[in-house]
Amino acid sequence: MTAGTLAVESFRPTRIALVGPPNSGKTTLFNTLTGGRQKTANYPGVTVERKSGLLKTPGGHPVEVLDLPGSYSLRARSPDEAITRDVVLGRQARETLPDALVCVTDATNLGQHLRLLLELRQLGRPLILVLNMMDIAQKRGCQISVEALSRQLGIPVVTTVAMRKSGVQDLLGQIDALLNRTPAAAGTAAIDDWVEPSPAAIRAYHREVERLLQEAVVREGAPERLTRRLDRVLLHPVAGPLILLALLFLMFQAVFSWAETPMDWIDGGMAGLQQWLSAHMEESLLKSLLVDGIVAGVGGVVIFLPQILILFLFILLLEDSGYMTRAAFLMDRLMSAVGLNGRAFIPLLSSFACAIPGIMAARTIAHPLDRLVTILIAPLMTCSARLPVYVLLIAAFVPATTVWGGIGLQGLVMFGLYATGIVGALVVAGVLRLTVLRGESQPLLMELPSYKWPNPANVLLGLWERAKIFMRRIGTIILSLMVVLWFLSTFPASPASATEPAIYYSFAGMIGRALEPLLTPIGFNWQIAIALVPGLAAREVAVAALGTVYALSGDEGAVTEALTATLAQSWTLATALALLAWYVFAPQCLATLAAVRRETNSWRWAAFMFVYLMTLAYLAAFVTYRVALALGGG
Amino acid sequence: MDEHGGGQERQLFELGRLVKAGLTQPLGLMRPGGVGRILAVRSGEGDVERGLLEMGFVEGACIEVLHHGFLGRDPLAVRINQGMTVALRRGEANAVLVGPLLDQSTGAGSASRQEGPIS
Ligand SMILES: Nc1nc2c(ncn2[C@@H]2O[C@H](COP(=O)(O)OP(=O)(O)O)[C@@H](O)[C@H]2O)c(=O)[nH]1
Ligand SMILES: [Mg+2]
Repeated sequence: MTAGTLAVESFRPTRIALVGPPNSGKTTLFNTLTGGRQKTANYPGVTVERKSGLLKTPGGHPVEVLDLPGSYSLRARSPDEAITRDVVLGRQARETLPDALVCVTDATNLGQHLRLLLELRQLGRPLILVLNMMDIAQKRGCQISVEALSRQLGIPVVTTVAMRKSGVQDLLGQIDALLNRTPAAAGTAAIDDWVEPSPAAIRAYHREVERLLQEAVVREGAPERLTRRLDRVLLHPVAGPLILLALLFLMFQAVFSWAETPMDWIDGGMAGLQQWLSAHMEESLLKSLLVDGIVAGVGGVVIFLPQILILFLFILLLEDSGYMTRAAFLMDRLMSAVGLNGRAFIPLLSSFACAIPGIMAARTIAHPLDRLVTILIAPLMTCSARLPVYVLLIAAFVPATTVWGGIGLQGLVMFGLYATGIVGALVVAGVLRLTVLRGESQPLLMELPSYKWPNPANVLLGLWERAKIFMRRIGTIILSLMVVLWFLSTFPASPASATEPAIYYSFAGMIGRALEPLLTPIGFNWQIAIALVPGLAAREVAVAALGTVYALSGDEGAVTEALTATLAQSWTLATALALLAWYVFAPQCLATLAAVRRETNSWRWAAFMFVYLMTLAYLAAFVTYRVALALGGG
Repeated sequence: MDEHGGGQERQLFELGRLVKAGLTQPLGLMRPGGVGRILAVRSGEGDVERGLLEMGFVEGACIEVLHHGFLGRDPLAVRINQGMTVALRRGEANAVLVGPLLDQSTGAGSASRQEGPIS
C-alpha cells in the first residue's frame, strides 16, 4: 500500500457499530453520542432503517457511529436481525466491515445480555463492552466489578448512563484509546469462519456467562418491583384489555381533536397560497398546474402531517415506556386466531393514521409470512385520508339525529365504517393464512422490558425523523403523481361547444367514462367514476375532484359545503352507501402500493394487494347497493 | 460434549427420578404464581429450542409464571432468574420441562455474592 492511499484511508472516519439486545439503550446512546448530526436512510434492498451519525472523540478522531437493530444473537430471526448480522460480519452490500464493535448491554440484565457479547468476541474484532443503565443498577444496589469483567473477557469495559452527556465520557475515552492502539491490524479470519451457534453452543455460552457473573458481580441488586406491580394491573386478564381499549380511545380522540387547529392553519395557509397565486399570475397552464395541481394536491396530503405526528407521538411514548410489548401480549391470542402475531398489533395501529408508516413498521415482525399478511391487511385499517370522504358523504346522507338515547347516528355510522375495516382485515388475514400464505406461524417469544419514563430527546428525534420521511415522500412520489394527474384531468382541453365541465373531456374524464359501465352495477354515476381517477393518487383528492366534476368553485370549505347540498340532491342513498362501502376497501392510494413494493421487494405482492382489495371493494359496494335498493334506498 | 459426560449422566438420573415422582411439568401447563427450575429444553424443531435458549430458557434457570392472556390463558409472561420477563405461547412453553425449585440455588438467581473486588 502506498503512502498516498494510507493518507486517503486516514481521512475516512473510523466506523463503529453499536450492537446489542433490544431495549439495552443503543438508540439512546446513539442519540447522545451523535446529537443532531445523524442521517436516517434504508439499507439497500431491504427497508430496515440505517442510522448513522458523526462525532469527534475528545482525542480528535472523527468517528462514524452506526445504530444497528437489536438482536439477542447473531443467529438472525428477522430481516432486522439479519442486517445486524450482515453488518457485523461485513456481508452487507455497500457497507464496509466496521472498524470496531461496541456491544451495548443492560447492566441490570447481564445474565441475558452477555451471551451476545461472547458471540461477538468470537469474531476477533476490536470490541468494547458497555454496561448501560448504570443509574438503575446503582439505584437497586447492584455492584459490578468492571476490572474483573474486563480482565476475564480481555476487552475494555465501560459503564454508561446513555441519555446523559456526562454518562458517556468513559466510552468516548475508550474509543480514543482503541483508536490510538492502531486499530486496522485486526484480522477477519474468524469472521469468515463464522457459523450459526448450535443449541449446544448456546448452552455453553450460558455456562460461560454464569461463570463471568460469579467473578464480576459483587452484589446483586434488588429485583425490579415497580414493573411487577404495574404489570399486575396492566396485564390483568380483565383490567388489562380495558386499559388498552381506553388508551386507544384516548389516542384516537387526540388524533382527531388536537390535530384540528394545526390542520386548519395548514388549510388556511394553502388556501392563502392558492389565492395569492391566482391573484398574481396570469391565466396560463403553469398557473393551472401550480394552483390546481401542485398546491391543491400536495396541500391535501400535507394537511395530514399533524395527525400523523400526534399518532406517532403516542406510538413513540408507548414504545419508549415499554407498554407497546404489553399491548402485543394482550392482543396476541386474538390475533393468532387469524394467523397473525401479537407484534402485528403495532403496525396495524399505525395504519389508522396512514398505511405507509404501518407497512414500514411491519419490518419488526420476524417471520416472513406473518410480516406479509400484516402488510397486506394494513390498508384495511381506516387511514385518515379516508376521513374527508366519509365526513362529506355522512354529512350529506345521514341525518344528524340520535338513536338509543343520545348516541349520534352520524358518529355511529363512522364507527361502523372503522369496524367494517377491522373485521374485514381479520377475515382477510384468516383467509390468506389458509390459502396463499399457508404455513407455520412464528413463535411469540418476546421480551417484556421493564417500564421506564420515556426519554424526551428520543421521542422528539423520533418524531422529527417521521416528519422528515413523510415530507420527503410528499416531495417526491406524491408531487410527481399530482403532476401526472393534473395532466390527465387538464388535457385535452374542452371543445368550444362544451356542455359539461372541462374534466369531462379530459383523459381522466375519458378513463372515468370508460369505467362507467363497469361501475353502474354498483350504483356509481359517471361523475363518481371520473372523481375516482384522480382519487387514486391519494384518497382525499376525490373530494376536490367531485367539486370539479360538479363544477363548483371557491375555496375548499365552500366547495365542501356546496358539495354536501349537491350530492344530497343528485345521488340516491343507495349510491352514497355503496361509495362508502367502496372506500372501506378500495386500494385508492398509489403511494401505499409503492410502499408495499418496496417492503416486499416485488411488484407481485403489490399487484396482489391491488387486485384483492379491488375485488373486495367491488363486491362490498355491489352488495351494499343492491341491499339498499331492495330496502327502498333508491 | 464428552468432558461433561459424567455430569450429564447424573443430571439424566436426577431428571428420571423427578419425572417418576411426578414432580415435573411442562411450562405450558403452569399457572400464574407457579415457580420452578428448568430441567430440560427440548423441541422437535431446532429453531424453537434455539429461540428458547436465546431468550434465557436454559437448564438450571429459575422461572416464575407471572401472567397469562385473557383469552384461553394464552400467552404466558414468565420471569427468568428474577430478571428478564419473556412472553411466549403455551405451545412453545411446552418444550420447557420444569421441576421443583430446590433450595440449593445456582447462577444469577442466587441471593448475593460477597467474593471479588469492590468496583
Ligand atoms: N434510566 C436509564 N434509562 C435508559 C438508559 N439507556 C436507555 N434508557 C431507556 O431505555 C429504553 C430503551 O432504550 P433504547 O435506546 O430505545 O434501546 P434500544 O432498543 O437498544 O435502541 C428507553 O426508554 C430509554 O429511554 C440509561 O442509561 N438509563
Ligand atoms: Mg433502537
